[in-house]
Amino acid sequence: MVWFWAALLAISILLYVLLDGFDLGVGMLFGVARGELPRRAMMNAVAPIWDGNETWLVVSGVTLWGTFPLVYSIVMSAFYLPVLLMLAGLILRGVAFEYRHQTLRTRRIWDASFVGGSLVAAFMQGLMVGALVEGLPIADGRYAGGVFGWLTPFAVLCGIGLCVGYALLGACWLVRKCEGDVREKAYRLIPYLSLVLVVFLIVVFAYALAENLPVMNRWIERPYLFVFPFIGVLAAIMLALSVQRRQDGPPFVTVTVIFLAAFCTLVISFWPFMIPFAVTIEQAAAPHSSLAFMFWFAGIIVFPLMLIYTAISLAVFRGKVDRTVTHY
Amino acid sequence: MDLTALLLSRLQFAFTVSFHIVYPSFTIGLAAWLTVLEALHLWTGRPAYRQVFEFWLKIFGIAFGLGVVSGIVMAFEFGTNWSELSRMSGPIQGPLLSYETFTAFALEASFFGILLFGRSRVAPWFYLFSTAMVALGTTLSAFWIMVNNSWMQVPVGYVVENGQFVPDDWTAIIFSPVVWVRFPHMLLAAYLTGAFCVAATGAWYLLRQVFHAEARIMLRMGLGLAAVLLPFQLLFGHLNGEYIVHRQPSKMAAIEARWHDQKPASEVLLAWPDVAHQKNLFAITLPAPFGSLIDSDSLSAAEVGLDSIPPQNRPPVLIPFFSFRIMVGCWLIMLFISWVGSYLAHKSSLEQNRPLLWVTFLSFPLPFIAILTGWFTAEVGRQPWVIYGMLRTADALTPFLTIEAATISLFVFCAVYIFIFAFGAFYIHRLLRAGPVGLLVLPPTAATPNRPMSVVHEQRTAEVLHVPAGE
Repeated sequence: MVWFWAALLAISILLYVLLDGFDLGVGMLFGVARGELPRRAMMNAVAPIWDGNETWLVVSGVTLWGTFPLVYSIVMSAFYLPVLLMLAGLILRGVAFEYRHQTLRTRRIWDASFVGGSLVAAFMQGLMVGALVEGLPIADGRYAGGVFGWLTPFAVLCGIGLCVGYALLGACWLVRKCEGDVREKAYRLIPYLSLVLVVFLIVVFAYALAENLPVMNRWIERPYLFVFPFIGVLAAIMLALSVQRRQDGPPFVTVTVIFLAAFCTLVISFWPFMIPFAVTIEQAAAPHSSLAFMFWFAGIIVFPLMLIYTAISLAVFRGKVDRTVTHY
Repeated sequence: MDLTALLLSRLQFAFTVSFHIVYPSFTIGLAAWLTVLEALHLWTGRPAYRQVFEFWLKIFGIAFGLGVVSGIVMAFEFGTNWSELSRMSGPIQGPLLSYETFTAFALEASFFGILLFGRSRVAPWFYLFSTAMVALGTTLSAFWIMVNNSWMQVPVGYVVENGQFVPDDWTAIIFSPVVWVRFPHMLLAAYLTGAFCVAATGAWYLLRQVFHAEARIMLRMGLGLAAVLLPFQLLFGHLNGEYIVHRQPSKMAAIEARWHDQKPASEVLLAWPDVAHQKNLFAITLPAPFGSLIDSDSLSAAEVGLDSIPPQNRPPVLIPFFSFRIMVGCWLIMLFISWVGSYLAHKSSLEQNRPLLWVTFLSFPLPFIAILTGWFTAEVGRQPWVIYGMLRTADALTPFLTIEAATISLFVFCAVYIFIFAFGAFYIHRLLRAGPVGLLVLPPTAATPNRPMSVVHEQRTAEVLHVPAGE
């Protein structure tokens, strides 16, 4: 039962990262787009699905609380300010989708809130992951690091890294969904973004070596872990090839694979810890009666329905956006 | 009172949750009303029903969107500010809120899409079914939230193990008698909110002499529904009082500003409770045994006074006392408006009675005020406990939360919410003012299941058409 919920939680978080990742990425790239037409095309590329994507954040949040209350209470209270800023960012960028079209005079406000909100939300998410990887100070089942205990160079680096990663995902999404200038510009951005991402990964690796983070020992103990970075490298090569040939479909898929590889790397390097080297999955799990109560309906019936629904909604809005949406 | 992280966190939660409740209480009622309208349209074939439906669907879209956005915050606030609570009661509250998210998400997300852009693609009966499913989704959402809150009011079905509340009887938690008086009370409140907003809009149009047919439907249905529901609301309110008397005597003593034990008890109608001296100033009081009669349905029952509650367990008195009376006052005014209005409707003179139209138009804040003050009574009256009798609010707080962090978050939430609320209110007002103008079957091309607010864009077309119609 515990493993079922751990897996389900992992799927929810992964879905959130992949789905909201590309629309946060598009939000950031929106900032470098010039002119109304490209901006509209970019917004239309994510408009029909962003709300559903963000719902996975709520699903992850409440599932975490229901199934692993200890982790929920530690993580949320430790990341007080990052969570706050992430939520504020998500709200501001969310309403920008709708309010932007209501007005001409104040459109700049909503453009700024769209870009800024996306950037802040993505940065905060990366920062939190980085701080978790580095290890939160935990004492007696509670966070013990102070208001800014999570603020380390490594965490900031991860925040920037995730922004770049999301932007790359967003660029690949634009290639897939848009035509003309937007598509061309996105194609030109992909190599730069990929390059920055690679540099980022090298720096992270070097930093981890230099600081002798506990996670490095796990890698030495478990050499089979290297299969995931290897898959990531393969996907990166595929990405380079497909970008060179200007194939619209594959880049997004390959970056998804890269994210998937990175996610698996993270999960398995810390296995079975949920908060690295402090709290394990077994320790954090809610009592059996809670897990069973959720399992028998929410887990085995509603959750698959939600997956199907997400798949349908993505399928309905597949294809190039300029042909399918004439609304704005 | 000192400005502490505890006080700031309480203010922040009160602010965000009060902001949030306004939208669901409106959309729950509205979803049910849309279902009724669609059924009436199918049954009678009158186009006016359809017109009214399309119009309110747009309003529903914005309110629903703002409700979702402000609800996301709640899912995280329990952990950020109340980490001790979320750690201890997570095994019970977490699954309940998960069910809320899972069931509401599955139903609302699937069928809302059909509501927005599926009219021309599905059979009429299926469209009606989809409307009903959205209404069911919002209702289920309210249900789980009430189960969750009722457990905090009267915790049942658990054992304490290793400092955690471990559920050992989910049936007791879900079918707690407290849930089944509080959930109907909230549901009725939501229906009344929908009814009064609709009636007020109808009255507004009649005063401006536009959209006569639609306005008539809105006004008559809204007031008629309210006239029928308000007595039931009194009944469920009374049943709520019964559980409070038995399970939360300190809350009842605060609501009644009853400082001393009484047998039989008198009833303070209005007063200024003087907390320092533990007595009521300027009191208008019904003599005994009215207090016992109202609180315990008995002529001789003893009622608990605040002096028999240990001082450290006493709730604040002023807020429960006054918010309860404001809630009841709103109920009385709404009862008056809806009964007089329904009587005039019966006499066929409602639409000509301008004073009543004005009163109805101005009455739309009443149900919102009643809901907010009702919740203030319930939540402040529960203090100093967050889980009644088990966990104090002060002990539920994140232990290392600093004043600085709490100040920043309170400020950010206030700023962001006021900002988006102002624009949301402005757009709803613009839609309401434009009214149900004649554009039927507009499948919004880009409106999508996951994006309720996209319906709003139809507004631009609507407004253009409305201008020549003249005001």
